[in-house]
Amino acid sequence: MIQVEHLTKQYGPKTAIADVSFSVEKGEVLAFLGPNGAGKTTTMRILTASMPATSGSARVAGYDCFDNPREVKRAIGYLPEVPPLYTEMTVVEYLTFVGRLKGIEPERLPGALDRTLEQLSLGEVRGRLIANLSRGFKQRVGLAQALIHDPPVLILDEPTVGLDPKQIIEIRQLIKTLAGSHTIILSTHILPEATAVAQRVVIIHEGRIVAEDSQDQLSARLRRSEKVSLTLKSPTPDARDRLQTLPGVLSVHQADPATFLVEAELGHDLRDDLARFAVRNEWGLLELKLVTMTLEDVFLRLTQHEEGVEAHP
Amino acid sequence: MSPISAIVRKEIRSYFVSPIAYVVASVFLLLIGLLSFLAVATASNRSLQMLRGQGSLPDLNLNEIVFRPVFANMAVILLLVVPMLTMRLFAEEKKLKTMELLVTSPVTITDIVVGKFFAAFTVFAGMLALTAVGPLALAPFAQFQWEPLLTAYLGVLLMGGLFLSAGLLASGVTENQIIAVILSFGGLLLFWLFGWAGQVFADSAFGKVLSYLSPLEHFEHMVKGLVTTSDVVYFTAGIVFMLFLTHRVIESQRWR
Repeated sequence: MIQVEHLTKQYGPKTAIADVSFSVEKGEVLAFLGPNGAGKTTTMRILTASMPATSGSARVAGYDCFDNPREVKRAIGYLPEVPPLYTEMTVVEYLTFVGRLKGIEPERLPGALDRTLEQLSLGEVRGRLIANLSRGFKQRVGLAQALIHDPPVLILDEPTVGLDPKQIIEIRQLIKTLAGSHTIILSTHILPEATAVAQRVVIIHEGRIVAEDSQDQLSARLRRSEKVSLTLKSPTPDARDRLQTLPGVLSVHQADPATFLVEAELGHDLRDDLARFAVRNEWGLLELKLVTMTLEDVFLRLTQHEEGVEAHP
Repeated sequence: MSPISAIVRKEIRSYFVSPIAYVVASVFLLLIGLLSFLAVATASNRSLQMLRGQGSLPDLNLNEIVFRPVFANMAVILLLVVPMLTMRLFAEEKKLKTMELLVTSPVTITDIVVGKFFAAFTVFAGMLALTAVGPLALAPFAQFQWEPLLTAYLGVLLMGGLFLSAGLLASGVTENQIIAVILSFGGLLLFWLFGWAGQVFADSAFGKVLSYLSPLEHFEHMVKGLVTTSDVVYFTAGIVFMLFLTHRVIESQRWR
């Protein structure tokens, strides 16, 4: 559905994105993950055919973003980071205007309007001025704007930024219901969000793709060792040294007097051994868990590695 | 409905939901009303004087002594008022980031520019139509020719269109409405002064070019009742050129 090849964009001497390539299949949800200023918005703008790239090519729904901007724009629903709302209009007036702008035929417009209002539960505020709506409703009107012409592709730039937790869950739920019937690209710098909604994650840093994979594989690929966190009730002072002597243990890090982070060789699950060892020494086993690498760790490791700084365990 | 008419309707609507159109139209109509009153009062004073001096009712040309000064002054008022009509057209869209909706919709930049121009022009023409109250109220009591009046209105429409397109350009280069007003006001005044500069260098080719570039002379022809191809071409070409420049400016902003 979306093919991006060797995309580069320069603003004067500054390179916003460099040699970005990825593709998204029909019905897939792809998350663009990266710190602010990494080039997420630039990539999205190029995909919406509203900004030309310096070099490289991008195709959406079979149309080239540079050669057929009108077809690309028709196939895309775009929600920019700041929802483009005319606040002096009511919700219905605004969506009617957007519908006409997107080229919906007049006889189909009322149907499209009702479907979108229904889809986003905007019925109760349909006659209200957008200026008087809460932040969450404004964001939903922004999404309605992207959906009114029922595009096959949705591009959402930080769709949950500035919302409260309940609204964030609502928007994520909505994105999940839209997945499958729509191809979705969303950007975020909030890591759990990528985990929550996307099947695939592209990590972008300083304009370059540093990793692209499904979330599980990303963390597996970057995991170099098994880590187990061990919490004890009454460890003896020599507990750290004695843990070190267990076979397979690479290192033991004492996070606080009662918590130990035990690192073992890859593929070596120490939990059973550790439990037995703790019981035998009468340390009072409180908690034992495998530390999996979160997307957050993956992200930090990938991006900080670039600057030569080792990620925290 | 085509996307371009969606833009025109949205723009016209937004003139009337904000106080701008009402304030601009009120100020404009108040000034024109006062101006017309003063012109008529001056004319009646003059005719009374002539009546006393000659003993008979003089044959006064109302087109000459009432409408011409009104239209000449209307041009100056437009210079002040038109930038207020155009200042927000692009500046506000850029400031509120709604421009992003327009440029990601299946419309061309030409559609956007032309749509906005037509909306502003429609509001301006409506405002101008209300000034017709003056001549209509005068018609039962005085005799004057309608034809020069109509060409004068055509002149105001064309010149207003030129001012609007220049104002649109000014709004296109900035996202600050105050800067848009100052730029368009300054630019229009500059072209206005070209007329004077043209008189200073009247005997050189340079002076002739300056005079041609100034809207003043072209407008005066039309107020006198003279419609020439040269003048009509001047205004329409000017409008098209300004809209073209606006298109280039907006287009270039896509690259940044």
